[in-house]
Amino acid sequence: MKRHLNLTVNSEPRQILVEPYYSLLDMLRDELHLTGTKKGCDEGDCGACTVLLNGVPVTSCLVLAHSAHDAEVTTVEGLATREGLHPVQQAFAEYGGLQCGFCTPGLIMSAVGLLEKNFDPTEEEVRYAIGGNLCRCTGYTKVVQAIMAAAEQARP
Amino acid sequence: MARFEYLEAHTVRQALSMYRRHAPNVRYVAGSTDFLIRSRMGNWNPEYVVNIQHIPALQRTSFSRRNGLRLGALTTVQTLQDHESVQTHYPALAAAAASFAGVQVRNLATVGGNICNASPAGDTLPALLAFNAQCLSTGPEQGEQRSTALDEFFTGPGRTVLEPGELLTEIRLPRPEPNTGSLYIKHSPRGAMDIATVGVASAVTLAADRRTCKDVRIGLGAVAPTPIRAYAAEGILRGNEITPESLAACAEEARNTASPIDDVRGSAVYRKEIVGVLTLRTLERAVEMARDGTMAFETQRRLAVQAAF
Repeated sequence: MKRHLNLTVNSEPRQILVEPYYSLLDMLRDELHLTGTKKGCDEGDCGACTVLLNGVPVTSCLVLAHSAHDAEVTTVEGLATREGLHPVQQAFAEYGGLQCGFCTPGLIMSAVGLLEKNFDPTEEEVRYAIGGNLCRCTGYTKVVQAIMAAAEQARP
Repeated sequence: MARFEYLEAHTVRQALSMYRRHAPNVRYVAGSTDFLIRSRMGNWNPEYVVNIQHIPALQRTSFSRRNGLRLGALTTVQTLQDHESVQTHYPALAAAAASFAGVQVRNLATVGGNICNASPAGDTLPALLAFNAQCLSTGPEQGEQRSTALDEFFTGPGRTVLEPGELLTEIRLPRPEPNTGSLYIKHSPRGAMDIATVGVASAVTLAADRRTCKDVRIGLGAVAPTPIRAYAAEGILRGNEITPESLAACAEEARNTASPIDDVRGSAVYRKEIVGVLTLRTLERAVEMARDGTMAFETQRRLAVQAAF
């Protein structure tokens, strides 16, 4: 039976009715219609469903929705502001860090998660941080360039 | 989609009683990174899940030079990787954590879950074996506690000594000995998001002369029905002088201890060979660290994953 779930999504407090067996991913997509977060493998391997849960990147397909009660969730929809795209999004656009775009929200969330923790990453650290995100188009080079550029721009 | 009812416990006592009420069609979940996959595959079909992730008593992590390391069962793999005391005093465990899946899974997966799932290839397990981990658990009936050496915890692939409903609560690692070095190396086809073809953790303690091996413990992963200690290999080195020959003899014995199977990740013959190679490498690095003090974590992390292709 559906039960109430309280949490904050993209800075907005929400109360949602969710099935007990739903993943955070299915809740975001099916109940909140936040379809920026993608469902790729649904078993934690591809990283397309990456969101920030209380500030750290997680594969939302592996999180029980109800376990995220009282949590803060940030999806790719929560990054841009009225002023424009998030620096990481902007850099992906500028550097062409995407082709088909399916992995892009997940990669961007992993990059944002990395830069929250380490604002001056080496290329090796960037590659390590996106080790859980599969991209079958780009070969990662431009993705890495984009994240390095975003880091440089975000540095105080 | 697999369906189940969701229950959430906030104390160990509550978790045990929820389990009792719904046994046998019930499962504990913590990080749920294994549970949700197996549930979707149809391997696990509980009617109820008891989520233990929000039990504060199982989230504590502490270190003291006197008591060693105490890891609440809910300590995440990412915490193991980042924890300064783990990096300093139990480097093989931090390296093992660094080789584990990707950051998104490390932020969810718990050390208790990695132990209870009892995969022969569980990445934290060889290192925990090499540090003589003890598992504290609370029984399902009267809440009785017991402590089991990790070495005696696994009974087969996916099987442990835990009784139905018994809850793993804490993992204790004895205090670090001086002049000790350790490293975990994982060999896998890919550098991230892969299961170990072979994983080896070695911890070496040198005597005051810095030449004699005072103690050595070697944990092997993915080469037997459970993660195992290479006792015979340890016996060759313990109490003897560290020389290229003694290290090689030890590695050779570890190779003989392994009883791997053929599977998609590697043949049995190949795996045995790799056990020898990785045992030698981890021993050499561990000796280096025992002599010269710590190794930068970045270096350990680089060494921790050795991809094959």
